[in-house]
Amino acid sequence: MAAIRVIPCLDVKEGRVVKGVHFENLIEAGDPVEHAAFYSGERADELVFLDISATIEGRKTMVDVVKKVSEVVFIPLTVGGGITSLQDIEKLLKAGADKISINTSAVKTPGLIKEGAEKFGSQCIVVAIDGKQSASGWEVCIESGKTPTGIEVKEWAKKVEGLGAGEILLTSIDMDGTQKGYDIQMTRTVADNVRVPVIASGGAGTLEHMSTIVKEGKASAVLLASLLHFRKYTIAEIKNYFREHGLEVR
Amino acid sequence: MTGIVNYGAGNIHSVFTAVKTCGEEPFVIEKAADLKKAAIVILPGVGAFADGMKSLTESGIIEPLITGIKEGKPFLGICLGLQLLFSHSEEGSCGGFGLIKGGVKKFSFADRAFRIPHMGWNRVKISSPGETLFKNIPDCEYFYFAHSYYPAPENRRVIIGETFYGNEFVSAVRRENIAGVQFHPEKSGDSGILFLKNFLEGKWLR
Repeated sequence: MAAIRVIPCLDVKEGRVVKGVHFENLIEAGDPVEHAAFYSGERADELVFLDISATIEGRKTMVDVVKKVSEVVFIPLTVGGGITSLQDIEKLLKAGADKISINTSAVKTPGLIKEGAEKFGSQCIVVAIDGKQSASGWEVCIESGKTPTGIEVKEWAKKVEGLGAGEILLTSIDMDGTQKGYDIQMTRTVADNVRVPVIASGGAGTLEHMSTIVKEGKASAVLLASLLHFRKYTIAEIKNYFREHGLEVR
Repeated sequence: MTGIVNYGAGNIHSVFTAVKTCGEEPFVIEKAADLKKAAIVILPGVGAFADGMKSLTESGIIEPLITGIKEGKPFLGICLGLQLLFSHSEEGSCGGFGLIKGGVKKFSFADRAFRIPHMGWNRVKISSPGETLFKNIPDCEYFYFAHSYYPAPENRRVIIGETFYGNEFVSAVRRENIAGVQFHPEKSGDSGILFLKNFLEGKWLR
């Protein structure tokens, strides 16, 4: 069995980490390399960098960030945010990213999933889905969750798998930031309808939330941001808890 | 010098920096002529079997590469680079290098708990005790995997590592000067770097 993965997510704006680790004196504020090295040292299983740059120039710096990080950190690196073309994907992979994550552009141009998977392999195409509870189930939202699409999450997940996505990063818009727990129902529904691994995101507040989303939601990995950055839990604490509750961790 | 074969889509940057971290001076093999400079060859690679064969053939690298390996050049295949060593694959109808007898098969499980691709960290059980490629690496250490196909060698004697995912599958092989791993040592943290160091040191060569 593959170990359950614990994946820190870092927001990067114009080449600097924002909302990063809140630890005085330990880390130079905003340096992506330092953050990556810190979490790698804590035995993070992978890293996700989400580019939230507002400008095209800012986006370009992501390639350099990836280059620098992959020179010192030898764990898988996923990059998301603002990727709209095969050229974007290629640049990031060449710079040292292992996977890229697409969200809005996957909905707008589903062909990008297919072409990306054909050219670079399914294992490097992650489709991020932001889901919001609706009358009939869950609705896919794009543009940072602001724009509802009318597409059903379950159907979209099945479709992106068919197009060649190698993994689904599923975020609950309703639960994100609440620390009240993941959307177990939505995660389970997606996991039961695809064969690819599902990474759960949005809502974790306690260790129990995390083990529950794996056990009941059938997630293969948990993506965490502020809980880790604000040092509410360390990766070791999360993994120890998983181990004590019968889940395999590295 | 250690040459890393570039044959299109694939994360060669990570392999390059990982080899550098091991204290070696890597360079990128772009065409057949570059192979001569390489005392050691690493074939990384992600993506599809047929595409890999196609681009290696089109660049003219494939024949001198196979000749070099047959002449005894130390070789490491990673992920797709390992799979290409085999005779054939269920992924596409074309043959591989044929340097290790056997095929490459697709994962297929009734149990949905085993997701496909096999993505993430899993244990490698060392099948041949004392294997120098795993020197200083504990048995059943975790390495990073990302694949939907796995190698099935005909001769069990080439197997040096196995991993459980739904079934036992072969995750590391060695035949004479040829080594191959299904996991990504360049993405497997300290253990991965140790494995690469062992490979580059060359003590595993008889």
